[in-house]
Order: sequence, then C-alpha cells, then structure tokens
Amino acid sequence: MTFTDSTTTSTAVPVAARTESPSTVGAAGLTARNVACWFGSKKVLEGVTLDMAPGQVTALIGPSGCGKSTFLRTLNRMHELVPGATLGGEILIDGIDIYRGAIPVTDVRRRIGMVFQKPNPFPAMTVAENVVSGLKLSGMKASRSERDAIIESCLQKAGLWNEVKNRLGDPGRALSGGQQQRLCIARSLAVNPQVLLMDEPCSALDPTSTRRIEQTIAEISSSVTVVIVTHNMQQAQRVSDRCAFFLAAENEPGRIIEEGPTKEIFLNPRDQRTNDYVNGRFG
Amino acid sequence: MFRSRKSALVDIEGTAETDGTVTAPLVDDSPIKIKTIEAVDVMLLIGSAVSALAAANLLYETLLPLSGALGLIVVWYVLFLIVSWTGVRRIHGTVRAKDHLVRVLVWTGASLAIVPLVLIVVYVVGKGYRALRPQFFVEDQRFVGALSEATEGGGAHAIIGTLQQVGLATLIAVPLGITTAIYLNEVKGRLSKPLRTVVDAMSAVPSIVAGLFIYAAWILALGNQQTGLAGSLALAVLFLPTVTRTAEVVLRLVPGGLREASLALGGTEWRTTSRVVLPTSKSGLVTAVILGVARVIGETAPLILTVGGAFVMNWNPLEGKQDSLPYFVFRLIRFPQEAQIARAWTGALVLMILVLVLFVVARAIGGRGPDHIGRFKRYRLKRKGLA
Repeated sequence: MTFTDSTTTSTAVPVAARTESPSTVGAAGLTARNVACWFGSKKVLEGVTLDMAPGQVTALIGPSGCGKSTFLRTLNRMHELVPGATLGGEILIDGIDIYRGAIPVTDVRRRIGMVFQKPNPFPAMTVAENVVSGLKLSGMKASRSERDAIIESCLQKAGLWNEVKNRLGDPGRALSGGQQQRLCIARSLAVNPQVLLMDEPCSALDPTSTRRIEQTIAEISSSVTVVIVTHNMQQAQRVSDRCAFFLAAENEPGRIIEEGPTKEIFLNPRDQRTNDYVNGRFG
Repeated sequence: MFRSRKSALVDIEGTAETDGTVTAPLVDDSPIKIKTIEAVDVMLLIGSAVSALAAANLLYETLLPLSGALGLIVVWYVLFLIVSWTGVRRIHGTVRAKDHLVRVLVWTGASLAIVPLVLIVVYVVGKGYRALRPQFFVEDQRFVGALSEATEGGGAHAIIGTLQQVGLATLIAVPLGITTAIYLNEVKGRLSKPLRTVVDAMSAVPSIVAGLFIYAAWILALGNQQTGLAGSLALAVLFLPTVTRTAEVVLRLVPGGLREASLALGGTEWRTTSRVVLPTSKSGLVTAVILGVARVIGETAPLILTVGGAFVMNWNPLEGKQDSLPYFVFRLIRFPQEAQIARAWTGALVLMILVLVLFVVARAIGGRGPDHIGRFKRYRLKRKGLA
C-alpha cells in the first residue's frame, strides 16, 4: 500500500458547484465485463459479466463463499486493499474503466459508496461528525449552512433524523446497532455517490431496523444505483429490480449462474440450481 | 439509586392495583447478596494456618538444627499449602482443592509483587520528607556548603533540568516514534520488517550506551558542549523504541473496518490516518507517550556524560551544563554529610511526585477512550454545529 495523491482537482470542488457537473452526480450505470478475482494464487471468481443499470437495485444472491462480496468489493476498488488480491476483466462506471481509466481511486470510491456488513461508525466522532466525515476525508469543502443541510437531508434519507435530531452530539457508537447502520448509510450518502454498494447491510439487525433500511433503499434508488449482497431471499425479492445468482462448485471459482429481473429469477428461473437455491433447497 | 428502585416498586404495585390482572409479587425481589466465601472455608483457612504454624515451629525450630524468621515463614507457607489442600479436598473434592491451591498461589504472587512497590514509596517518603521545604522547588545549590543544613538550598535547577531534558526528548521522540509506528502499521512499506527488528534491538540498548553514543557522536565528533540538549538526545534514543512499539500495538487495535469505511468514502490514506485512525487511538497513544516518559525520566546513566551536572540554575538547555533530578540524587547520595544525603532523598521524592503529576496531567489530556467526547471538543464542535 502506498500513499496516493492526496487531493485531486475534482474532489476539491465545493459541493454546491459540483452539482452542476453532470458526469459525476445522479445514478450511474455500472458494468462488469468478464471479471476474475484471485487471492494470492487462488482464483475465487471467474467470467463475471453483469450490467447494473442506473437507478436500479441489483441484488447479488448465492450461498456463502461463492464470491458475491468479493465481486462487490471489486466494484469500488476495495478488493485491492487485501494483500495479495488481484483481479482481471473490466469494470466501467458510465462507460469509463475504473481501474485503467483516468479516474483517481479516491474519486472512484467517492462516486461508488459502500455500506458494510457490520455497522462501523467512526468512534471518535459525534453523530453529526460521522455524517459529514466523508466531506473531510475526500477533501470536499462545505460551509456551515451546507453542512447543516447535508446532515439533516442525509439523516432524513436514511430514516434516522427523527430518532437522532436531539442526539447529534452523542458519540456515533452510543446509538443502537440498527441506528448505527443507518448512520453509516447517511454517511455514505453525504458525499453524493452515484452508486451505493451494500454488503449484507441488515445481517446484524433486528426486523424493524431491517424494514427501515429496505425503505431507505427504495427511497434512494431513484437517485443512486444500488447493488446489494444479501442472504435473505425475501429481502432480495422486496428490494431489488434485478438479481444475479452466484455459485461456486467445490474448489472452483464462483460464477454467475443466472441473472435477470428479480421476478424471473424467483418465479421462473431458467437454471435448476437457481430454482433450488431460491426455493431454499440448498445453500 | 436505592430510592429510585423503591419508587419503581411502588409503580409496579400501583399498576397491579388498578389493573387487577397482575398479582402482587410474593417472592422477595431485594438484591441477592451472592456468597463468595462460606464460613467453613474461612475456618479451614484459619485452621490450616494455625496448624501449619505449629508444625513449622516444631519441625524447623525444634527438630531440625535450623532457626530464623525467613526459613520459618517459608516452611510455614509450604505446610499451609499442604494442610489446606488436604482439608479442601476432604470437604469439596480434588477439583475444588486445585482451584483453592491456585487461588492461594495467585494471591501470594500478587501480594509479593505489591510489597516492593509499597516499600519503595514508603521508604522514599520517609527519608525524603525531612528536607522537603517549599524552597526546594525554587532555590538551587548556589549557597549550599558542606556544613549547610539539609533544609537550606534546593533542587530547582535539577527539576528544571529534568523537565527541559525530558520535554525536549519527548518533542524529538514522540513525532518520530508515532511516524514510525504509522509506517509500520498503516503504510506497511517494504522496510517495515527490518525496521521493526531495528526498533526491537534499540529497546535493548543499555542506557549507558545511549549516553556514550551521544557523547562520542554529538559532543566529541561534532564538537558540541555538554548541554541539556545533548542529554535529551541521549534520552530520545531510549524513548524512541518504547513509544514506537507501544504506538504500533495501539494502532493495530484500531479495527480494520474503520479504515475501510474511510477509504470507501473516498478518503486518502493520509486523511484516513489523521482523521480516523489517530483520533480513535488517542488515549492509547497517550499511554505510549507516558510509557516512554516513564522509561527515561529516572535515567541517570545517559545523562552523566551528556549534561555534565550543575549546582546552579541553568535555564538554557542549549548552552552550558545542566543538572537533572536523577543525577542530583546520584551525586549527593555519595557525600559523607548527612544533610547532602537527606537532600538526595528529597530529590528522589520530588522525582516521584513529578512523575505522578505528569501522569495525571497526561491522563486528563488523553481522555478516556474514543467514545468519550471531552468538554473542549464538545465546545469546538458546538461552534461548528457538529454537536
């Protein structure tokens, strides 16, 4: 790991000014072409080709260890942070290669946000600081009033505002698990991402918080492309427009077995293995 | 707390009456006092101790041609272990007896470890308080002769010397050490493995060697004077590995998920380190600095060749010889005059007080873990609308 070029010109543009540039705001399409991944010499993913259309919710489903999360992490260049991890193929955001193209890695990650499985608010920051932390981390400048507006609107979008509007000064970790996860979603939304990747965002949460986050996904999906990894078949059906079913045979890299509109995958799958999986016969 | 519990009780009873469905509790709900020690165990311990003492006295003092308090205590302790082991095993069985044996051994070990600590404090306070007068903190040894009373003059020059030397050493070693720790743990560069080995080796450097190194390299080779700065360089050599290794461990404790979260927001590595990793580990880093200061503040050996020692105040660490508290103690304790020896003990006492004060201050600044938002930070955040 090396220290990369700290601020790039496009991230330093103020929030207000940035909204005028059409190429980096609003939902963007994400395309994976023939993606393969390795950890060291072990190939864990092969031939993954998937279109994630702008403004749509794509669910990645499949049993544990089939490479869904690995694939998700290639989409915003988090995969390369694991020592020894490599990948091949192409990933394009609005047609531009995120690995070989001219977009700096920090911009790629700013435009393609990520929510993790375990809620991870920054412990040394308050609730409000957590929401706007991305602005500072990616070098965006915002005035006091812009910041206040971002805090309120992002917490609103994440469905957390009413619960925390009087607790903005509490440490981020003083919130409950479900609230922390929604705080992390608000934090991701604050930097205006075009795509939001969610890696099993509800696996550590209670049913009420899960429902709240699903509502949030529905609300934001018009302005952000969402890609979500989930083990919960009902959740995939509830939130997604399209579904991709991943499967890895023993000692083989994971592949996409079937991909299509969610309804098709669940009601009328073409592949027998998909049918077995979505009906809970294995996995 | 007791009162609030009572009022809660009243509430429950109140609902019970209006509701009619909930029956009043018949079981006493006052807090249970958990019994950790039973009477029979206490009796057993006392009995074992008495019988072991009697047996030890018979065996050691009467039957064997030996005597002396230390031997008696050792024999008593061994016999006590055997007797109480047998007793506990008869009553509770072997498993509990093993538990008992280990408990006694652990208690013994812990008590033995505390004894020297307490003795040192008691001894130094007992010896040092006599010459401890307010002027010890403001006067130097300018007018102190061989026959002066212990209460004349003071160690202000040594206190200032120690504060300046340790302060400068901190200024040199802490930024270097934390930067090195960041390199080892955050950057994970190619050199981190050899570097870690070097740091480990450095922490084994004898303190006199650090002093000799600065004496040879800084004073003899480069032609500098013996100054407070030279002393602080020698201290920094000792300070650096301690702070580096501790800071590295502390940084490693920061969950990787926080770094990933920061990078996933488009953060650069420097901003991730400076805004997420370092603030999260702040209280641990303060501990690292405290351990480093603790390592060097009592050092005499590296200072003998570097600061030179002085009897009068020298405010300038960049020019002229300075004194330091450990050196002050080291020098005066070897005088034949009782007054000088008393002053040395006072120096040792003041050094201990100084360490205590520094640690309390550091803890107050360092705060309590990342989830705690201190008063100053809250004020700053309020003004920015972030709290």
